Amino acid sequence: MLNFFLLILIYSGIYALMAMGQNIITGYGGMLSLTQAGFFAIGSYVTAILTTQAGWSFWATLPVAFLVSALFGLLIGLPTLRLKGDYLAIATLGFGEIVRNVLNNWDSLTNGPMGIQRIPMPVILGFTINPYKKYAFLVMVIVFVIIAYILFQRLARSRMGRALAAVREDEIAAQSMGINITKYKVYAFILGASVAGIAGSLQATFTLSVTPGTYTFMVSVMVLCMVVLGGMGNFKASILGAFIIQFISYFPQLTGLSSVIPPQFKQILFGLILVVMMIWRPQGILGREATRYRKRAVTPTGGEQ
Amino acid sequence: MILLETEALTRAYGGVVAVNKVDFEVESGLITGLIGPNGAGKTTLFNTMTGLDTPSSGKVWFNNKEITGYPAHKICRMGIARTFQNIRLFKELTVVENVMIGRHFKTGKSETKGRFLNAVKSYVKLKEEEEEIYEKALDWLDFFDMEASKNELAKNLPYGKQRELEIARALATDPKLLFLDEPAAGMNPQETDHLMATIRKIRDLGVTVVLIEHDMKLVMNICDTITVLNYGQKLAQGTPHEIKKNPSVIEAYLGKDEA
Repeated sequence: MLNFFLLILIYSGIYALMAMGQNIITGYGGMLSLTQAGFFAIGSYVTAILTTQAGWSFWATLPVAFLVSALFGLLIGLPTLRLKGDYLAIATLGFGEIVRNVLNNWDSLTNGPMGIQRIPMPVILGFTINPYKKYAFLVMVIVFVIIAYILFQRLARSRMGRALAAVREDEIAAQSMGINITKYKVYAFILGASVAGIAGSLQATFTLSVTPGTYTFMVSVMVLCMVVLGGMGNFKASILGAFIIQFISYFPQLTGLSSVIPPQFKQILFGLILVVMMIWRPQGILGREATRYRKRAVTPTGGEQ
Repeated sequence: MILLETEALTRAYGGVVAVNKVDFEVESGLITGLIGPNGAGKTTLFNTMTGLDTPSSGKVWFNNKEITGYPAHKICRMGIARTFQNIRLFKELTVVENVMIGRHFKTGKSETKGRFLNAVKSYVKLKEEEEEIYEKALDWLDFFDMEASKNELAKNLPYGKQRELEIARALATDPKLLFLDEPAAGMNPQETDHLMATIRKIRDLGVTVVLIEHDMKLVMNICDTITVLNYGQKLAQGTPHEIKKNPSVIEAYLGKDEA
């Protein structure tokens, strides 16, 4: 039971990384992207392939996973930036599915639907972080989440955060204020993608095997739910959202009711949560983060038009 | 000195020629008025000069440099700022944040390359930069007597104040040239008088002002020179006195005398 609890915490941490990335794209940049699963998969497979076939250590694959997903973030960001709202969501959704299909069919590299097994455990200073003994792994994930949180928080409180807010609020006015809107949108995509890539690396080394079936569209939807539930434009809220959604999705197993409650239950619950949130608290549990230039009391409701 | 000049600037949307071979010039240090009946192409001319729209043909020169077809953010960085006919504030941001966005490209000039990394690297540097931007923004709010409402959301300001905030935000980019698109629209007479005083104050700061306006009292009072557009073409150009007397301008505004 405790073991299972730790497992949920680890997954919460991994998803919190992705949710923060989604937040910089959707919460700050105001772009509805549904592609985190794609970057998550890319990060996972980079780590899986490099560790098993090239014999790299997990740590050496991290920067590669970061860079490769960042590169794909750039590639998907550039052509889709002219799209808005639903159109952007559909285009990015397509990308996620393309990634999964490539992984499924590129047998020579990814071993197709069989996936890649026997990914080595990460070793740090001679100490093996064994995913079966979950404490050490949990600590590692928490460290990653804290680092990502600090970096994102700084970016959000700098000129970049404000420029993204300007792009979200009014693109034409932002342009006329000297902000290169294309650049900032691409930045947001790259940042969101690269942190999802890191999350993917962690996922690969935690489960010790990767299969394309893990990286479905539902992953992207879950990540988006986390951001919306916690509150857009607030990284703490994304972490909170990740924990809540993860606990909900493991609720049947956690309570020992998995034989009674069908697995589809969680999808129903996600939908229910989103509907309830939209009615009573559209800004999310924590709402947009108040800057020092704004008092809590006047936090706006919602962020989008 | 001519600060901005267009040469046969044309913008056609399919068959509709919104701006037709307009030669428009702006003398440095003056207040230039751009008037004309509705649909004459005034805002389109603004948009093609500020990079929000691309001209179909013709050229735009600013400070002896050709800027035709430059993207809007680049033109802003060269020193042309503008406001919009239908106010385009960042509504969900506070008053001071709106002005701070105007300072966006103004800090840390020498470290342009490392700026992105700076935000991650050094918290101290980030704080300093923010402080600098904040102070400058407050100066501009002070110029418009708006410091008291700095923490309010832009959308909660009264209409006249929103117009002023838009001007403050544009001025925060330290422009050489300021385009105002109908700054007095929707203002009551007192607010308009106040606006006239403000525009003069802006000119006295050394900023050249170009304004589109329908309020003839304002235009005739504060403009040093006026250009009249009609059906996308330049109809006349001159001092307010000359424009008032010009028969073709009177015709465009009032129609031809049938008798």
